[in-house]
Amino acid sequence: MKIHEYQGKEIFRRYGLAVPRGIPAFSVDDAVRAAKALPGPVYVVKAQIHAGGRGKGGGVKLARSIDEVRSLAGQILGMQLKTHQTGPHGQKVRRLLVEEGADIAKELYVGMVVDRVTQRVVLMASSEGGMDIEEVAAHTPEKIHKVFVDPKVGLTDAQADETARKIGIPDASVPQGRTMLQGLYRVFDETDASLAEINPLILTKDGRVVALDAKLNFDSNALFRHPDIVEMRDLDEEDPAEIEASKFDLSYISLDGDIGCLVNGAGLAMATMDTIKLYGGEPANFLDVGGGATAEKVTEAFKIMLRNPKLKAILVNIFGGIMKCDTIAEGVVAASKAVSLKVPLVVRMKGTNEELGRKILAESGLPIISASNMAEAAEKAVAAAKGR
Amino acid sequence: MAILIDKNTKVITQGITGKTGQFHTRMCRDYANGRACFVAGVNPKKAGEDFEGIPIYATVREAKEATGATVSVIYVPPPFAASAIDEAVDAGVDLVVCITEGIPVRDMIRTRDRMRGKKTKLLGPNCPGVITPDELKIGIMPGHIHRKGRIGVVSRSGTLTYEAVGQLTELGLGQSSAVGIGGDPVNGLKHLDVLRMFNDDPGTDAVIMIGEIGGNDEETAAEWAKAHMKKPVVGFIAGVTAPPGKRMGHAGAIVSGGKGTAQEKLAVMEACGIKVTRNPAEMGKLLKSVLKA
Repeated sequence: MKIHEYQGKEIFRRYGLAVPRGIPAFSVDDAVRAAKALPGPVYVVKAQIHAGGRGKGGGVKLARSIDEVRSLAGQILGMQLKTHQTGPHGQKVRRLLVEEGADIAKELYVGMVVDRVTQRVVLMASSEGGMDIEEVAAHTPEKIHKVFVDPKVGLTDAQADETARKIGIPDASVPQGRTMLQGLYRVFDETDASLAEINPLILTKDGRVVALDAKLNFDSNALFRHPDIVEMRDLDEEDPAEIEASKFDLSYISLDGDIGCLVNGAGLAMATMDTIKLYGGEPANFLDVGGGATAEKVTEAFKIMLRNPKLKAILVNIFGGIMKCDTIAEGVVAASKAVSLKVPLVVRMKGTNEELGRKILAESGLPIISASNMAEAAEKAVAAAKGR
Repeated sequence: MAILIDKNTKVITQGITGKTGQFHTRMCRDYANGRACFVAGVNPKKAGEDFEGIPIYATVREAKEATGATVSVIYVPPPFAASAIDEAVDAGVDLVVCITEGIPVRDMIRTRDRMRGKKTKLLGPNCPGVITPDELKIGIMPGHIHRKGRIGVVSRSGTLTYEAVGQLTELGLGQSSAVGIGGDPVNGLKHLDVLRMFNDDPGTDAVIMIGEIGGNDEETAAEWAKAHMKKPVVGFIAGVTAPPGKRMGHAGAIVSGGKGTAQEKLAVMEACGIKVTRNPAEMGKLLKSVLKA
């Protein structure tokens, strides 16, 4: 789960991390009120969307008066902000963060993720802040310093101080750097984050170490123990189809193609998408129905897929292991009738009671195209989507 | 021969009294030698009772001492599953098979850290388990699609493993063991560990290795295989069409920072002498093509 920068900074404040004074705003009037509550005379008006690259896209602006805050807030609120992470249509800006200006001497980078190889949290830090860190990693990997954190002791003083020095924090400010880095680890650990990033972390001209940005993603498997974080969820930032799917315990991801896929199991779902592509088609979605492809679940899945105006065919690929194919077939038939399915439907079922399942599909009177393996299913779905 | 488990393995079930645990314990017990192998369940509140004849103990340690079991399988719900693994590790079992899906990564980091230097191996979490056909099934895979034989299968995904097994069985190729290592980012046995076991197993002639996007386990395993593997390995990687930054169901299946793409993995595997297919419907055929006549 993702949250906004201003929410991330609220969490940072709770953990004693230095962040600029700032107030979120949902309207132009809010933004003006926020600016008036700040010392001035320089303000930063920042678009709050979940995607990165907001500055380059024109979503972060400097204001030198309250009037300028008013006019910039008017420009940014409601704009379709396009960044390298939003896709071509951009994301509508509905929230702003109005902050005091900062006196930047140096821009640094720090981030934390879980390293799969060492199975530990890794702190990544660089003197090259403010830019795309993936670019830094690709061209000057020696400028990224990595520290692996022992979960028993956390980020030690020695690790934090050494990292602070390596990224160019001067000796006098190292204690502040330590507070920032150790605090960030505590945030990461105690909130069950999957990503924590400050880009840029700044050194001010008077030697303070301040988090100018805050990006936090959370492990969705751990949200059950963080109701306060769940409350920060902003559904406007998420794909409505994915939200709807999650209500029915379906794992759904929208893609750009025209062949809907309904599969049990994440690996098989990906493999099904790959097979469609291999036969010259494009999947419209990833959809894992999980262990139980009941009539209700299949019906909901069909409804979600059919909301996509581009959809030209549906491919159902179920490996009926413990679940029997006749049960699945009944579910597919009931779902097709419930949504009065108009697009071609290709079904491939494998496993227990396969023959019985196929018979149910054949005798349903519905124009269901049956396939005996994944390749044949993909081929038929691609042909059906192309109207052949 | 087989790896990890055989018909003489004794198994403890943690979470035997829950709905999932009950269902799969029945299925496992009904498969091959299961009735003799599933010897104990654990539930501190129901110690002294039994589940359809399988005695229930308060702790894994007690169950192990009373029955001599060496393997524990876990169906405990996600908030408590990591502690269940810890308990089995502390009791000193040889292998823990954790089926539970949805364990917080932070819990697994701590559990894996506790396991350093201990003898216990962990399979999973979020995995289908392991089966040695006609001997013993520990986990949630459908038993009947398997057939006894000499091909090893290792995979991160459940149903895709079944797909590969189904194809092999249709081609008349049985399996020595089929192992699902699970789709989580922080887990126990990796592709490499399982490849090494198949390499050492005289009952295995060749291996299908199935991977998916995210991480670099498949690359590491391929590099190892290039240097050490005495048997042919064929592979498939799911997720060629997966867009970066999107989590494809499994917590570990995500392309991030340009790393962990299917193309990259396939290229490394090929460079290491592993034959790969981009068509998951042909995993079985590809394996058959590398077997010596």
